[in-house]
Amino acid sequence: MIPAAFDYIRAGSAEEALAALAEHGDEAKLLAGGHSLLPLMKLRLATPAVLVDIGRLDDLSYINDAGDHLAIGALTRHRDVETSELVQSQAGLLAEATSHVGDPQVRHRGTIGGSIAHGDPASDLPSVMLAMRATLVARGPSGEREISIDDFFTGFLETALGDDELLTEIRVPKMPDATWGFQKFNRRAQDWAIVGVSAIVDNGSAGVGLVNMDSIPIRAAGVEAALAGGAGASDAAEAAAEGTNPPSDLNAGPEYREHLARVLTRRALEAAGR
Amino acid sequence: MEVTVTINGDSHTHDVEPRTLLVHYIRDVVGLTGTNIGCDTSSCGACTIHVNGESVKSCTMLAVQADGQDLLTIEGLADGDVLHPMQESFRQCHALQCGYCTPGMVMAAVSLLDENPDPTEREVRIGLEGNLCRCTGYHNIVKAVLHCAEASS
Repeated sequence: MIPAAFDYIRAGSAEEALAALAEHGDEAKLLAGGHSLLPLMKLRLATPAVLVDIGRLDDLSYINDAGDHLAIGALTRHRDVETSELVQSQAGLLAEATSHVGDPQVRHRGTIGGSIAHGDPASDLPSVMLAMRATLVARGPSGEREISIDDFFTGFLETALGDDELLTEIRVPKMPDATWGFQKFNRRAQDWAIVGVSAIVDNGSAGVGLVNMDSIPIRAAGVEAALAGGAGASDAAEAAAEGTNPPSDLNAGPEYREHLARVLTRRALEAAGR
Repeated sequence: MEVTVTINGDSHTHDVEPRTLLVHYIRDVVGLTGTNIGCDTSSCGACTIHVNGESVKSCTMLAVQADGQDLLTIEGLADGDVLHPMQESFRQCHALQCGYCTPGMVMAAVSLLDENPDPTEREVRIGLEGNLCRCTGYHNIVKAVLHCAEASS
């Protein structure tokens, strides 16, 4: 399978990438590791007229300790996140979930920013970002702005990023003493999650994010509220499917996904010590 | 667009369409057909090569993305007539049946041991999750990787 023809622009800097986006608008797509976009292009589900390759913007590949949070460059590859001692010690849930993204070959190419900006409800990392209440940094023609993860996912494969904006940094609160659980249910190794759950408890406050339970990545708000009210893991997990609208596909219908959400949330909370 | 890559130590320069997939470039333009195309959807791993020393599925990378990079394919693994230790282990452990997955499996296994020279059996199985063998010959493949790790230590 070969993608439809496109014009290729290799950006040498974030500024060059922004200039290309400004010129080509919604006809352009950013190419980072390419492991979400290229499969869609090969299936002709995406046919951008212009690809702006940001894969060489090495200055956007970093993991820094920024005081109360980790600052992770959007072009940081999954492999580098997964093996980072800083991430392992300060955001263990993120390191663990990243090690379940795709397979080793995918993690050698795919990037954290690409995975989040793709906005796929079936991908693992958005659930972590929701659970840990990450903040995203976008750069556009008028400068930088911060976007709360709760405002970021706006529709199926749609995000709050403008056509002229570039996701540059992911800010993940440091939680060295947190307890957490990550659950990913699939039928075959390396598959997407049929349902997944990220749960984290830090200083008594809990965050729970769901994979593949709606058309966008969503927070299990009912579970978080129950936990805040003092409920234990199994009682809180009963609320996991509340307010969700799970998809139906070859693997599972909505009812089965709702069941999985409850079971996996309980397991994730138990792993987090609740 | 002009692309220059190093493959197995040799430099290659060609004018390619931007949409040319790396695996098609390697097979059809450069003529190195040891790298197989299996599922063509980044699931099966048959097209695994190394880009700058790391395993990558070459069906999910554009040739233009590889411009200036150092590539290694199955043809570049052996030293003349002397097989790479991983190839030798696959031979000794009978880790192939039809052989279609083998080039990608070997390239993934070499990358795995580069990152984890002394893996457990479970780590080998998880480390090779991106490669499918439709003969289901996994048992001997895992054995070969463990054998290679042991022989190299």
